Amino acid sequence: MALLGAALSSCGAEPGGNVVQPVGGQEKVTVKLVTHDSFSASDAVLEKFTSETGISIEVLPSGDAGELVNKSALTAGKPLGDVLFGVDNTFLSRALDAELFVPYRSPALTSVPEDLWLDPQHRVTPIDHGEVCVNYDKSAYSQGRPPPAALSDLTLPAFKDQLVVENPATSSPGLAFLLGTIERFGEDGWEQYWTALKRNGVEISSGWEDAYNGSFSGGAGKGPFPLVVSYASSPPAEVHYSETPKDAPSTAVMEDGCFRQIEFAGVLRGASEPEAAKKVIDFLLSEEFQADLPLNMFVFPAREHTPLPEVFEKFAARPDSILSMDPERIEKGREKWVTRWTELMAG
Amino acid sequence: MAALVPLAFVGLFFLWPVTNIVALGISPRALDTLASPRTWLIVRFTFWQAAVSTLLTVLIALPGAWALARGQFRGKAFVRALLTVPFVLPTVVVASAFVSLSKSSLTAWASGGIAAILAAHVFFNYALVARVVGAVWGEMHTDLNDAARTLGARPTSVFARVTLPFLRPAIAAAATIVFLFTFTSFGVVLILGGTRWTTLEVEIYRRTAQLFDLPAASALSLLQLAAVVLCLLVISRLGGNGGPFEPGGREVAGSKARGGRRQVLAALGPAAFLIGIPIAALVSAAFSNERGPGLAYFRALGESRAGSTRFVAPVEAIANSALFAAVATVTALAVGGLAAAVIAGRHRRGRSVYDAALMLPLGTSAVTLGFGLLITFDTFPLDLRSSAVLIPLAHALVGIPFVVRTLVPALRAIPQGLREAGLLLGRSRWEVARRVDVPLVWRSAVVGAGFAAAVSLGEFGATAFLARPERVTVPVAIYRFLGQPGSLNRGQALALSVILMGLVAVVVLLTEGAGQRRAPGPRSAELRRAPGPRSAVLRRRPQ
Repeated sequence: MALLGAALSSCGAEPGGNVVQPVGGQEKVTVKLVTHDSFSASDAVLEKFTSETGISIEVLPSGDAGELVNKSALTAGKPLGDVLFGVDNTFLSRALDAELFVPYRSPALTSVPEDLWLDPQHRVTPIDHGEVCVNYDKSAYSQGRPPPAALSDLTLPAFKDQLVVENPATSSPGLAFLLGTIERFGEDGWEQYWTALKRNGVEISSGWEDAYNGSFSGGAGKGPFPLVVSYASSPPAEVHYSETPKDAPSTAVMEDGCFRQIEFAGVLRGASEPEAAKKVIDFLLSEEFQADLPLNMFVFPAREHTPLPEVFEKFAARPDSILSMDPERIEKGREKWVTRWTELMAG
Repeated sequence: MAALVPLAFVGLFFLWPVTNIVALGISPRALDTLASPRTWLIVRFTFWQAAVSTLLTVLIALPGAWALARGQFRGKAFVRALLTVPFVLPTVVVASAFVSLSKSSLTAWASGGIAAILAAHVFFNYALVARVVGAVWGEMHTDLNDAARTLGARPTSVFARVTLPFLRPAIAAAATIVFLFTFTSFGVVLILGGTRWTTLEVEIYRRTAQLFDLPAASALSLLQLAAVVLCLLVISRLGGNGGPFEPGGREVAGSKARGGRRQVLAALGPAAFLIGIPIAALVSAAFSNERGPGLAYFRALGESRAGSTRFVAPVEAIANSALFAAVATVTALAVGGLAAAVIAGRHRRGRSVYDAALMLPLGTSAVTLGFGLLITFDTFPLDLRSSAVLIPLAHALVGIPFVVRTLVPALRAIPQGLREAGLLLGRSRWEVARRVDVPLVWRSAVVGAGFAAAVSLGEFGATAFLARPERVTVPVAIYRFLGQPGSLNRGQALALSVILMGLVAVVVLLTEGAGQRRAPGPRSAELRRAPGPRSAVLRRRPQ
């Protein structure tokens, strides 16, 4: 089907034209995929897609999620590539307001649960999701000294000087965690919560890298803080990337207060290969790409019934209740909240 | 004509894109930003930390400059290379070294807040002062000091009245660059400053890249530019017209270098503490793993776990970095060399404005420039945005000031009489430049080029904000490893950092070698007999 589709679309684009066709009967096309620096996919999966469709994917990493969206907003209409992957629900509203995308409803969307869709006009397609949760260093806690079980525990004296969080002004998990606390404690309660966290000695890092690798005592870090804001999938990542084979991670996830990040892809307005770009969206939702996602980006596939790798099945947390917030509300509130947060924490 | 080439280069790749992005964002809301007390707090802190960092760097690095110029000890070239290494290290890596060191009580003071910011700034910029000033110090005739001493001057007053005036232009040049670097400090302040300490640069990044508040970002960018211009003008006043400078005095026969071993140790002590310890910590972390010392991280660099698009062969990253550095350095040398010749030329009005224009890229927010390039080169004459060409060009913009700053004092020091003699003998201007100017400024040019190359190798500024094609450089590869959890990723980032350090050390040793080969030679021996410079020094000396 994909073969036929590609052949048809290339004929449709050039009716009667003398296009030089490669042996497979397809026109060779390169689609530029503008994405964030964390993008990763297995070479074999991409190569298979190319050999089936004649479409090669060129990856253009463009900074973190925020930089990616802002760069794309600056170049709206004259985009850097054809497809954008990596805008999440916290930046979605800004991307849609900047009219970055043209609508495309992928046939594969039916296999994605509707609560991940978010955009009824299908300008963006959900590809994966991940949950930002507090992680803890298992060695720091024991039977008599249990780890925190809920967001509200973090302000207790038992967890004084133990938590490191990322600055929401410069970090996407940091922002997600802040949004989670606003969702949980409400517009009038979150400032009080953070004041209590501050009194309890919360440490602030500028980004995930220095929080998890530098300040956190679990995982690869040798820092002094046994609690860190990270992802529900960090424990499997720790096992997967361990230098010596590990049976179990040294870290675990506190399952309360997790905030969901959903990552989307869309066909960029002004793309030079719009038809091939749609095929790439379909590909991103394909069974193969979806199954390849977890070990590359440590996120959960959006497609239902995608088999998960063993480390995920064993060690990733699947919290029962997950916090989320409407993208429009995030866009409206972000600057106000982040500014207020900065005042609270600096003061 | 020659004056126009550097201006055109800076105009095309710097002024135009920056103007575009500022113009896009500017709106009446900019006034709100300028009126906000928070803005002025940031401005104050930016100035303050830059001034203190510069002062500290100069004070701590001056003895180092002396040791590099006058000290005689084995492994000098190696020490020189080692001191330059911090210059290119990714901030995240350095910050993690500082954080991991904070556990030892010796360095606990540097683990957070302002002290850490200042210490990191000294760490990064020490080499700049030590090497730029050291290069000039090495050119100074020791018989000048000897003469003063013979006349009964005490060592302190010899230093204050002979050595310091001689070094002043070089100190001013190095301090200017350190000031601009720390004024626009990004990574250090972002990571070590916490929520409390913010520079204009960090705020512009936050506004542009995270909040997408272009009006505020434009206002802040203009403010930053204005502040930088102001500083440059003040500094050029303070630094003066460049004092006298005597060519060819290096390793003068019969003048024994005065650096005994004890003095050298004392002079380099602070550097050993501030630079040696963090680097040693990084290196030892890279060469050990969970099971003890070993090469596991280096071996892991060679294998791709998932065969994924993220994987970059280290060899490829090193090749990319080396290629960009080569192009950037050649560009910076060519453009900066022309500019230096123009600035050093006498009787030219508007020299300080010209000079300041070339320095501006150093003092401009990387995100402003990066986003400016993004919206400027989208159609003209072709879409350069995702082309690899912009990367070395952006690096060259930062490299040019180094070349200019190291070349101008050297060029000014060449007595005009030498050139005139050449012209009288019927040589063409070009040939005079080649036979007189080039040999005399070669050493300084090498120092400048070395820094331009180092800047390019370690750059993670403006180009980080361009859409990068799959031309991954070593710093970018390091950040990619740090972006994923697991000890193996962290270890590989460290291993790659060590490779980057090695790369820079090699560049420094190579340029060093080139400088030695070309430096004094028979030609400068002739020049030493030429009349002029020495008496000029004596005449100009403060009475």
